[in-house]
This record gives sequence, structure tokens and C-alpha cells, in this order.
Amino acid sequence: MSPERRAAILLTLLGAALVALPWLAGSYVLSVATLILFFAYTGQAWNVMMGFAGQLSLGHSLYVGLGAYAAAGLFFHYGIGPWAGVWLAIAACVAAGAVIGFLAFRFGISGVYFALLTIAFAEFTRIGFDHIQWLGGPGGLFIKVEQREAWDLLDLRGTPRMFYYVMLALTTGAFALCAWLLRSRAGYYWQAIRENEEAAQALGINTFRWKMLAVVISAAMTAVSGVFFAFYYNNLFPEQIFHISRSIEIILGPIIGGLGTLFGPILGAAVLTILADGITELMALAGLEIPGVKQVFYGLCLLVVVMFLPHGIWPTIARRLGLTRR
Amino acid sequence: MTPDLIANVVIAGLLTGLVYGLMALGLSVIFGVVRVVNFAHGEMMTIAMYAAVILFGAFGLDPLLAVVPVAVAFFGFGYALQSALINPFITRPEHSQFMLLVAVALIMVNALLMIFGPDARSVQVDYQLESYAIGPILIDKARLLAAGMAVATSAALFAFFRLSLVGKAIRACADNHLGAQVVGLNVKRLYALTFGVGSACVAVAGCMMILLVDVTPVLGPAYTLLAFVIVIVGGLGSMPGALLGGVLIGVSEALAGLLIVPSAKSMFSFALLILVLLFRPQGLLGKRT
Repeated sequence: MSPERRAAILLTLLGAALVALPWLAGSYVLSVATLILFFAYTGQAWNVMMGFAGQLSLGHSLYVGLGAYAAAGLFFHYGIGPWAGVWLAIAACVAAGAVIGFLAFRFGISGVYFALLTIAFAEFTRIGFDHIQWLGGPGGLFIKVEQREAWDLLDLRGTPRMFYYVMLALTTGAFALCAWLLRSRAGYYWQAIRENEEAAQALGINTFRWKMLAVVISAAMTAVSGVFFAFYYNNLFPEQIFHISRSIEIILGPIIGGLGTLFGPILGAAVLTILADGITELMALAGLEIPGVKQVFYGLCLLVVVMFLPHGIWPTIARRLGLTRR
Repeated sequence: MTPDLIANVVIAGLLTGLVYGLMALGLSVIFGVVRVVNFAHGEMMTIAMYAAVILFGAFGLDPLLAVVPVAVAFFGFGYALQSALINPFITRPEHSQFMLLVAVALIMVNALLMIFGPDARSVQVDYQLESYAIGPILIDKARLLAAGMAVATSAALFAFFRLSLVGKAIRACADNHLGAQVVGLNVKRLYALTFGVGSACVAVAGCMMILLVDVTPVLGPAYTLLAFVIVIVGGLGSMPGALLGGVLIGVSEALAGLLIVPSAKSMFSFALLILVLLFRPQGLLGKRT
């Protein structure tokens, strides 16, 4: 069997399993699956910037938070649903990404300095939102929980099953978009920039323009995950959503799964979320409730992966499944 | 708001800033030589603060004296960390090194959380309540001692790099990695020494800081960011730059706390960082590479 055919069959099986899941599994499994999809989607968005174009952002919580607050604020104050809010969220994040990208790339900031700049913007925004009383300030912004039985897609109010399918659709869409991007002209330019920016420039690639495109697409995709977050959890706190630990949580999946690959973010999110939840459950069973255990575990996973599997776990698994040509 | 009040706040900010400067100096020395950004720097600072709390609690050891054992232990810890974990990563891409230290930082801050819980810990010594009055200006004794220790440690470090043979060898490594290898310097060992020296700086800074503030595990990431802001404002790799950056940030934080709202004070620092990164990315005293 050719690798393409094998991949198509496995993908179909995976798709069917994911569609059928809410009818087979209980509410706990469903919530874990939704969380996995959320991190898979957000990781995929981050991967466009780092995995494809090689620009390390450690401040992606900025886009999650901005997107979430844009849509939630509109709903909270004016009753305008996320069907409109999502566009405001995307616009806000694209604007933020464009400003950061423009400033950084125009002034030739790259590598570690770029990563620090993204952290600085996220932290700046976090503290800023703590002082915006209109959006709840440090006390948080809460959306009224109602209509739990009906499926109101436009207002994103409904059952856990609906949220699962929304997230599944988003993840599938992001996967398809990234697969297309990776094979498009932009994808090849990004990979050239990632591997050697000077060489790419020498070949006549306008690196500034293509890096900007990567930031803007990544920010726009992340904005949508922020909107989902706001309406799924119904509460927002600047201290949580903009915090640097949120940014790290987002990037762990793609790094552990495999940077720059299409399946890496999905696989990484699944592995991390399942293991972390397993640990929490085990601790609960043992009657121990110590804060920080989950994060220590995250840290150890990250340590092991960066030390021994610098390309992540997906490339190894793909070879095992016979999905790559030798 | 009287001029006296402002002068008091500026002097307190300046003294705290010198301790910040010493912490950032450790980061700057490590980056200047090893070319690795220590993302776990603030977490190491909080570990030093907890170490001072424990030594005080168990043996009644004054943090001014606890400096010695904590600094020695941190030197060993830094040396081991560089030899075991970071040296194999020297040739890896930047993001890979970054991730390694993010992992170390994540483990440190949450291990502290597991061991000590989220509550604030502090050290109570009698001179924390004393102060010197110079005309209308009051200077806290503890703050003055902490700043004095920070300056003394920085001076010792400066002398080490200027005068000692090992210090000169480390500077040679920083100037020209390949050249240093050619003349027969053991670069990996010197890197480990440098990381040890940088860690010892953090240890001293941490023991001094516990005289001024209470410690909680979540302070770690905040100090890491603060150290980044300071070294980038001052110039990554520049030793006087780190001290200058520390003082600038210390004073601006204190003034922001007085003039705007205290909770917005670090927003001010991040704005300063963004401006410096954009208009003078090498920092105020840094050299263009």
C-alpha cells in the first residue's frame, strides 16, 4: 500500500471515530476530548508561525485573550452574539499581530529577542486588562449561562455535545487550511525563511511580507479559539487568559507532537491532555491534592522531548505507521 | 505630594534597583558568555529566597550571612545544570534551548508550589524596622544593607572578570568561541563555571531580596520577566548595563507605584522594554553585534 493510501484510510477511520465519539462516550470523556481539540486547534494556529515560518512566539495568550474579550465584551454589553463577535475578535487579533510583526520585522528583531517582545506585549496587555473596569478588570467577565438544551450555533449556546462538534469542525478546518498552506507558495516561502532567512532573501523572497502573513494568519486563527474559550467556559480573567503559562500550554502540544508537522499539534495535545488528566485523576484517587503536580509533569515531558526527541513524537510514529517514504 | 515624599520613593527605588541589577547581572553574564538565555532565572531567584527563609527558620541565620552557603550551593547547582543539561544544547537551534529552560523553569516554580504551597513566606529580623534619617529623608536599614551587598558582589564579580586568569579565559570564550578552543581553553568547563557564577549572583540577590519582600512561588516567572526587561534595557551581556537597567527599573517602578496605581507598575516596565527593543535593541549600554 502506498503511503498516501494508507494515510487516507487512517484519516477516514480517525474522522469517523471523532464524529461518533459524543454518542459513545460519557460527559467526562467528552469534556476531555473538547479540551484536546481546543489545544490541537490553538497549537495548529501557533504552528503556522513557529513550525512553518520559524518565528517563535511566546505570547500567543495575547491573541486567545483578545479574541475572547472582544467577542465576550460585545455579547455582555450589547447582546451581540459570537457570530458577529468572532469577526471583531479576528480583526482585533490581526491588528495586534500586524503591529507586533511590523515593529519586530521592520526593526530586524528576531530569535530570542522576538520571543521576548511577544512576551512583553502579552504581559503589557494582561496588566492593561486588569485595569479595564468596563470588561470586569481583575474580577473577571462572566457570560450568563442559559439555553443548555438547545443548539444555538449563532450564539454559541448549547449542550457540551454542540461545543464538541464546533471544536471538531474548527480543528478539521484548521488542519485542512494548514495542509493547503504548507503546499502553497506561502508555505514554501515560509519553510525557506525558517531554514535560512538570509538565503531566502538572497533568492528574492520578500521575507518581511511573508513573515507578516504568517503572524497575521496565526493571530486570526488563534482569535477564533479565544472566542470559543469565552463561550465554552463563560468566564474570563486577565490573570488566567493572558498569562504566560497559558502561552506555554499552547505551544507544548505542537513541540511535543512535532514542530512544523500537520499532525504534531493534534497528537501533542492528545498526549499531554490525557496524561495530565490521568495524573490529576490518580492524585485524586490517592487522596492527594497538591497544586503544581500537573505543571511539574508538563515540565518533565517537555524536558524529555526536547532532549531526546528534538523533532517531536509524530515523525517517529509516522515512520512506524508507514506514512513516510523512505 | 511633596518633594520629600518623591525623594524618599526615588531613593528606595534606587536601592531596590541595585538588588534587581545584581539579579539581572547573573542573567547578563550567562548570556554574554554561553549565549543561552536563562529562562529559569527568576525561578532560581525564588529558590534562593526560600533557601534564606529555611536557613533563618531552622538555624536563625541572618540572610546577610546566609548569602555565603546559598551562593556556594547555587554555584554548584549552576555548574551541574550547565554541564549536564545545557552544554549538549549549545549547538541546537535557539528555540530548542529556550524550550529546555522553559521546562526547567516550569519544574522549579511548581516544585516550590508543591513543597511550600501558595502562601507568602518571609524573614523577620530586627533591623528591618530601623531606618536612618538624613534631614527629611528616611532610608531603611535593611534596604541599604541589601543594596550595599549587591554593589559589593557586583564589584567582586567585575574584579573577577578583569583581574583573575579564569575570568580572562571566560571573557576570551565570550569574545571568540573558536579562538578560545584553538588556544586550548576547555570551553565547556568555562561555560559551566560561568553558569555557576551567574547562579551565585542570583543567590546573593535572592537572599537580599527576602529582606525587602515576601516570597511566593509565582514570583519566579515575574522575576524572570523583570530580569529580561532589565538586561535588555541595559544591554544583554553588558555588566554595567545590567546595574544601570536595574536602577532604572527600580526607580521607575517605585515612581509608577506612587504616581499611577501600584498594580500598573510593571506595565510601565514592559512599555520601556518594548521601546528599547524597537529603538535600541542592543540596549542602553550594549554594543551592536
